[in-house]
Amino acid sequence: MSGVVSRRPPRFGPRGSPTRTAVRDTDRRAPWPLAVAALIIAFLALLPLVYLVIRAFGAEASAAAFLLRPRTFGVVAGTLGLGLLVGAGSIGLGVPIAWLTTRTDLPGRPMWAVLTAIPLAIPSYVVGFAFLAFFGPRGALQGLLAPLGVERLPSIGGLFGAALVLTLVSFPYVSIATRAAILRTDPAVEESARLLGDSRLAVFRRVTLPVLVPAIAAGALLAILYALSDFGAVSLLQFDSLSRAIYLQYGASFDRSLAAILALVLVVITLALTWGEGRLRDRAGTYASRARRPPTTVALGRWRWPAVAFLTVVVGLALVVPVGTIAWWLVRGLAQGEPLRLVVDVALNSFLVGGIAAVASVALALVVALLAARYPSRLATLVESSTYAGYALPGIVVALAMVFLATRTLPIVYQTLVLLVAVYAVRFMPQAIGGLRAGLGQAGRGLEEAGRSLGDGPVRAFARLTLPALRPAFVAAGALVFLTVVKELPLALLLAPIGFDTLATEIWDAATSGFYARAAAPAALLLVLSVGTVAVLLRFEDATR
Amino acid sequence: MRPSFRPLALALVGLLAIVGCGGGGTSPSPALSGTLTIYSGRSEELVGPLIDQFEAETGLDVQVKYAGTTDLAATILEEGGASPADVFFSQDAGALGAVAAEGRLAPLSDAILGRVDERFASDDGKWVGVSGRARVVVYDTRTLAEADLPTTIDGFTDPAWKGRIGWAPTNASLQSFVTTYRVLKGDEAARIFLEGIVANEPKVYDGNAAVVAAVAAGEIEVGFANHYYLMRQLAEQGESFPVRNYFLPGGDPGSLVNVSGAGILTTSKNPAAAQAFLDFLLSPKSQTYFATETFEYPLIDGVAADPALPPLSEIQSPDIDLSDLSDLEGTLQLMQQAGVL
Repeated sequence: MSGVVSRRPPRFGPRGSPTRTAVRDTDRRAPWPLAVAALIIAFLALLPLVYLVIRAFGAEASAAAFLLRPRTFGVVAGTLGLGLLVGAGSIGLGVPIAWLTTRTDLPGRPMWAVLTAIPLAIPSYVVGFAFLAFFGPRGALQGLLAPLGVERLPSIGGLFGAALVLTLVSFPYVSIATRAAILRTDPAVEESARLLGDSRLAVFRRVTLPVLVPAIAAGALLAILYALSDFGAVSLLQFDSLSRAIYLQYGASFDRSLAAILALVLVVITLALTWGEGRLRDRAGTYASRARRPPTTVALGRWRWPAVAFLTVVVGLALVVPVGTIAWWLVRGLAQGEPLRLVVDVALNSFLVGGIAAVASVALALVVALLAARYPSRLATLVESSTYAGYALPGIVVALAMVFLATRTLPIVYQTLVLLVAVYAVRFMPQAIGGLRAGLGQAGRGLEEAGRSLGDGPVRAFARLTLPALRPAFVAAGALVFLTVVKELPLALLLAPIGFDTLATEIWDAATSGFYARAAAPAALLLVLSVGTVAVLLRFEDATR
Repeated sequence: MRPSFRPLALALVGLLAIVGCGGGGTSPSPALSGTLTIYSGRSEELVGPLIDQFEAETGLDVQVKYAGTTDLAATILEEGGASPADVFFSQDAGALGAVAAEGRLAPLSDAILGRVDERFASDDGKWVGVSGRARVVVYDTRTLAEADLPTTIDGFTDPAWKGRIGWAPTNASLQSFVTTYRVLKGDEAARIFLEGIVANEPKVYDGNAAVVAAVAAGEIEVGFANHYYLMRQLAEQGESFPVRNYFLPGGDPGSLVNVSGAGILTTSKNPAAAQAFLDFLLSPKSQTYFATETFEYPLIDGVAADPALPPLSEIQSPDIDLSDLSDLEGTLQLMQQAGVL
């Protein structure tokens, strides 16, 4: 009996077609304004690659030998290992968290939803530093254990330390995307499976999980690419990833050509991962749910306390350790007579840049998502891959690319907020695309066709019926971009107008000079800003129920 | 008709002279106006107050972009002729050298170059040192005393130090130290030294501050760093901070004194203001600021270092010309061969 249920459900999605629609998606060509807009967006996203190719061609003949030395292969292998661990780790944490915070009678469920999303906003170098200070061989934890005779703890550096820290700052990509997918899924399908006699676990494995695969894969891709682009944690925890090797070329030898060649290797890895994610998404389906009902709640029973313990550990590591470290800096600094500098104007800068970039990014992503969800074609695949291609590049590479291109082609925007916000909007667009694509798949074209049958034009039908249905997807996408922008550092340092500080640059400026106490106030404000954003995000999510 | 212009011309000249003198009386540099753009690899926490003072004194509109020194050097190189920067204020001589090597720094006047000892300025007069910093070994006072430490940096290749050392091989100061070692003892000796350190499995950090913090956290027992990172921690956390500086004796490469410095870009739109800024950085007031606020060594005569530090003259720094430290490429190659990078 259960075989009936496990068969592929009717789906809405990139390659699928709703069974009741007469026209197949693949038969439809994208309207030309949409195609042109998408191509322009793809071009903008590819600009850093243009710079890299120019620089790579400037390399000397010895560059080939450099690229092919065994060390490079070691770094590439290490980078792939890091990506694999962060991918697995973020799924391992993100999926259970998403399920626990949507589908169960977990005590304090809304609170856990907020707490498990905030780590996304904490810069990886803060988490890395906190981990060293706390879990280092003679860090705070050793101090606590000293009465028990523990003199040293094992080092937390290297691949596993870096993977742990990067997992803790990036698992919310998976949990947020998965939450959204769960809330979109019609519980009727699961109920049918249960009625047909499947055990609860079998239902989860054969019915619930396959529906969530696209969201999980999209979230994990973002987590992995974030890990590949990260410099803060890998440098603190002494792990040689490609990003670190790229920084090394700029920082040590000012060799922009070798840096460009390494960065292009990173682009190749990114495209391979993106392709893999696309394949996963194609194979899985998306349930359509016309009548949205709140998901049914599973009683955890005797599992409720183990579940709470699991969340406590995750939140403890991802949130309490770094926040505790910030608080410790603050207290220690105040005790030493440091003035408390509440940089409210700087917080406002971060808020404005993050907010405008988020809105712009969502607008751009909507174009790409619309093309990908409604008009699957080679063009759509090309555009989507283009937007991801530079996503794993370290910030410094994108910053220098924009310095190079802006001073040569459009000097009037160089070191203006217009350029900074535009670069943010394009760079972080992939965070918004996945959720919007999924939302569009779910809203289905049937909705607009219904509107058109009632006399609306295509644009009007889209604006009147589809856009409102997408509201949760918009808010989630915008919040992700916002949280990423407010903690972003290299672009803010190099591309912002002179004298324009953000919270991230304030933290950096104080911490690099060793003034950790002075870094605490902006770090605390960054947290407040992020908590507020996450709270708004979840409110909107609830409002759709 | 002709003669009648003369008194007028004289009057005009006199008026100009008075205006000129008047300006000179209230402000040290009357010709300064407009905007001065500084790219500072030194952080705002450290040099911001000083730059504010310069702005207040000159009435110039001073714009400062703060970022990492190497990031800014790369930015200047990518900006090419379109760079908005007038002055590059660098954390180290290496980045100034890289920018100068691509022809982006203009020669400085002898009046500026003459303020500091010639070993603290570039040979070709393209940049000048502003403040000095000494390489030191920082050590954990809970487990070590100064007497436990070797008298040469080579001593740390002894297997007894296995797993106890930390360093920041990507840091420009560390690389300058390795270049110093090469200049003093040759490439072969430097390679053997680096391999000896690598064999002791040093912990790698991304900067000197992290090295000092790691010693404090007990992650490592000794670290190679610059003298002032510890001074800041002592100022912030008090005397109980369990780390101290150790200055290697005997002209060891491990006690190199290097400089932060500044240069004027060839594309500067306000070279007079840029020159005034360098002048200001080398004034007794600014030099005292570096001594008391950032715990660095002042480089001009007549300004003393922090009393808790050994005077610059007492540090047995290797006898070396900082301009000889330009072969960063060779150093990096060596560090790569030795498996450091």
